[in-house]
Amino acid sequence: MKAICWEGINKVSTERVPDPTILNPRDAIVRVFLSSVCGSDLHLLGGYIPAMRSGDIIGHEFMGEIVEVGPEVKNLKKGDRVVVCSVLACGGCEYCDREEYSLCDNSNAEPEWTEKAYGYPVAGIFGYSHALGGYAGSHAEYTRVPFADNVCFKVPDGVSNESALFTSDAFPTGYMAADFAGIEPGDTVVVWGCGGVGLMAMHSAWLLGAGRVIAIDQYPYRLEQARLRANAEVLNFKEVDVLEALKQMTGGRGPDRCIDCVGMEANSTGIEKVYDYAKQYARLQSDRPSVLRQAIMACRKGGTVSIIGVYGGLIDKFPMGPAMNKGLTFRMGQQFGQRYIPKLLDIVARGEVDPAYLLTHKLPLDKGQEGYMMFKEKANNNMRSVFAPAG
Amino acid sequence: MANAFKTFGPPHSNQSARQGQTKSFTNVGTSGRVLSVLGGAALAYYGWGRKQSPLGKSLATAGGYLVLRGTTGFCPFNEVLHVDTAHPETQGFEVTSSVTILKPREEVYQFWRQLENLPRFMQYLEDVRRTGPRRSHWVAKVPKNIIYKEKLTTIEWEAEITHEEENSLIAWRSLPGSEVENSGEVRFTDAPANRGTVVQATISYRPPAGAAGQLAARLLNPAFKELVKQDVRRFKRLLEAGEIPTIIGQPSGRKDENY
Repeated sequence: MKAICWEGINKVSTERVPDPTILNPRDAIVRVFLSSVCGSDLHLLGGYIPAMRSGDIIGHEFMGEIVEVGPEVKNLKKGDRVVVCSVLACGGCEYCDREEYSLCDNSNAEPEWTEKAYGYPVAGIFGYSHALGGYAGSHAEYTRVPFADNVCFKVPDGVSNESALFTSDAFPTGYMAADFAGIEPGDTVVVWGCGGVGLMAMHSAWLLGAGRVIAIDQYPYRLEQARLRANAEVLNFKEVDVLEALKQMTGGRGPDRCIDCVGMEANSTGIEKVYDYAKQYARLQSDRPSVLRQAIMACRKGGTVSIIGVYGGLIDKFPMGPAMNKGLTFRMGQQFGQRYIPKLLDIVARGEVDPAYLLTHKLPLDKGQEGYMMFKEKANNNMRSVFAPAG
Repeated sequence: MANAFKTFGPPHSNQSARQGQTKSFTNVGTSGRVLSVLGGAALAYYGWGRKQSPLGKSLATAGGYLVLRGTTGFCPFNEVLHVDTAHPETQGFEVTSSVTILKPREEVYQFWRQLENLPRFMQYLEDVRRTGPRRSHWVAKVPKNIIYKEKLTTIEWEAEITHEEENSLIAWRSLPGSEVENSGEVRFTDAPANRGTVVQATISYRPPAGAAGQLAARLLNPAFKELVKQDVRRFKRLLEAGEIPTIIGQPSGRKDENY
C-alpha cells in the first residue's frame, strides 16, 4: 500500500510499504477514507519531538471502514464505518477506568521512553513518534487499530465522512480544552490559536455556556474563520497588545477562562520571540511557551488556564509568581477522546456543530509533502490538508 | 513501577558446594595472583635498582607487597573492601519490581500460580510444565553470546515451589545442579482504595561459576534488571488489557525492519 512517511525535518515522502496485518487479538484493520494533518504534526516535522525515526508512517486523525477484525474484537464488524480516536486506550487499567484515556497504562508499546522522560509512561498515539508507542499512522491506505473496540466509534448514518473525520481528534481535543477550563454560565473565554483545535474549542465553549468567546491568532484568514464560524471576537497579536486589549474588552477584570491551543511552537513578537527561538535553537529549552505566558498574565484572578496545545519537554521563564498569587487553576493533557467522541458524534449528527469546514484541501497520498507544506506555511488559506487514499 | 536492585551473597551456612569447608583466607583469584607475582617482581626489581631515590624505595616496597599478595592469595585491601575474587561464584543478583494491577487479588494470584502462564509474559521463558504438585520443568531461551543477542541457546532446569500462601505469596527456586541457579518470590497485596492488587516480584539468579560466568553476569546485569521490570509490566498488561501491545510486524518505510 501507499503511506506517507516521516523522513526528516520538514521532509515527508510517499512510499510503498507492506499492508498492515492483525498482530494482536484486539486489533482491527481500517481502510482509511480520510486522514487529516494536525497542528501537532508540525512539531514532528520541525524536529521538536525526539524519538521519530526515518520511515515512520505519520497521521493520527482519521476515519474509514473496518475491513478485518481480530478474534477478541467484540463490537465491530467488517464494513462498519468508523471514526478512530487518535489516542489508544486499553480500557482495562486504572486510568481508562477513570476515563482519563490518554493516561492509559498499557496502550504505549514503547513505554520506556516516556517512563524515563516523564516518570511514568503515557498512552500510545497513532503516528506520533516512538515515545508515544511507535504505532504506524493513518496517512496510508490501511491502518492497524489496536484495542479496536475501545478506539473505533461507529459513525451515525447521515453524518458525512468529512463531518465525522474531526471527531477523531480536533473536536474532542477542543472540547476537552473547554471542559477543563471549567466554564461557568456567562464566562468570558479566550482561545489562543485559530487552527482546527482552537476553532473546535470555541464551538465547545459556547456549548458549555460561555457568554463571550475571544480568539487570538496572527493569520487574518484564520481569525476570519473564528469570527464567522465560531462567532468569536478576534484579536491579531501582530497588531494589538493582547494583554491591554483583553483588559479593555473585559472592563479591566480580565478573562475568566484562558485556553492555550497552540503549544510548544508558539509565535510571539519582539524580544520574547528572539529569546525563545534562540534558547530553543540552542537546545536550552525544548518548547517556546509564549502563549502560555500570555495566558497566565491575561487570566483574571482565580481564573482557569486550560492547556491543550502540545508541549514536549522543558520551558523557560514560566511566570509562576503571577500564577500563584492570582490563584489560577491549571488543567491540561492530551485528549481523553473516548470520553467525548460519542457525545460529539451526536452533536454533529444533530447539526449543532459541523467541523467539516476545517477540510480546505483534499489530496491524494502522493501529495504528502505538498499537503504538509501548504499547512505549515498557511498557504492558500489552508485550514487542514486531508489525505483521501481512495480519492 | 518501582525497582530495587542489589547484589547479594549466599547464606554463609549451607552453600552446598562449600559445605564442610572452612572459610579459606584467600581472597584473590588465580589470574589476580599470577599478575600480582609477575607485576610485583618486575616492580621490585626496577625499584631495587634505584633504591637510593625515594621513588625507587616506594616501588620496591610496593612490588614486594604484590609478590606477597600473589603468593599467599590474601589481600588486606580486598579484605577491608569485602572483595573476594577467589570465590566469584558467591556473587548473585536480585531485582525487585512492583506494579499495581486493576484486578482482584485472587485473579492476579491464580494467573501467576498457574506457572504454565509465565512464558506468556516472561520474554525469555519458552515453557513451564508441571511435573509434580510442587515441582515444575522450565525451559528458557537465553542469549548464547551476550554481544550478539540473536544467537539463542536453550537452558532447562527443574524448580520447586518453596513457599505458598493462597492469594498472597508464591516463592520458588531451581533445584540444586541447575546451570543457572535462580529463584523468585512474588507478593500479592490489596492496593489501597480498591485500586486493585500490588504485585511485588523479586527475581534472583546466580550465574555459572568461574570468571567467564562472572563477567557475563556483570555485563548482563543491567539487562537483567530491565528484563524483570519489563516482564512485570507485561504481566500487568496481559491481565488488564488482555494482550501485550506490540508494533513488531507493522509496516514502515524502512526496508530493513518490520516495525
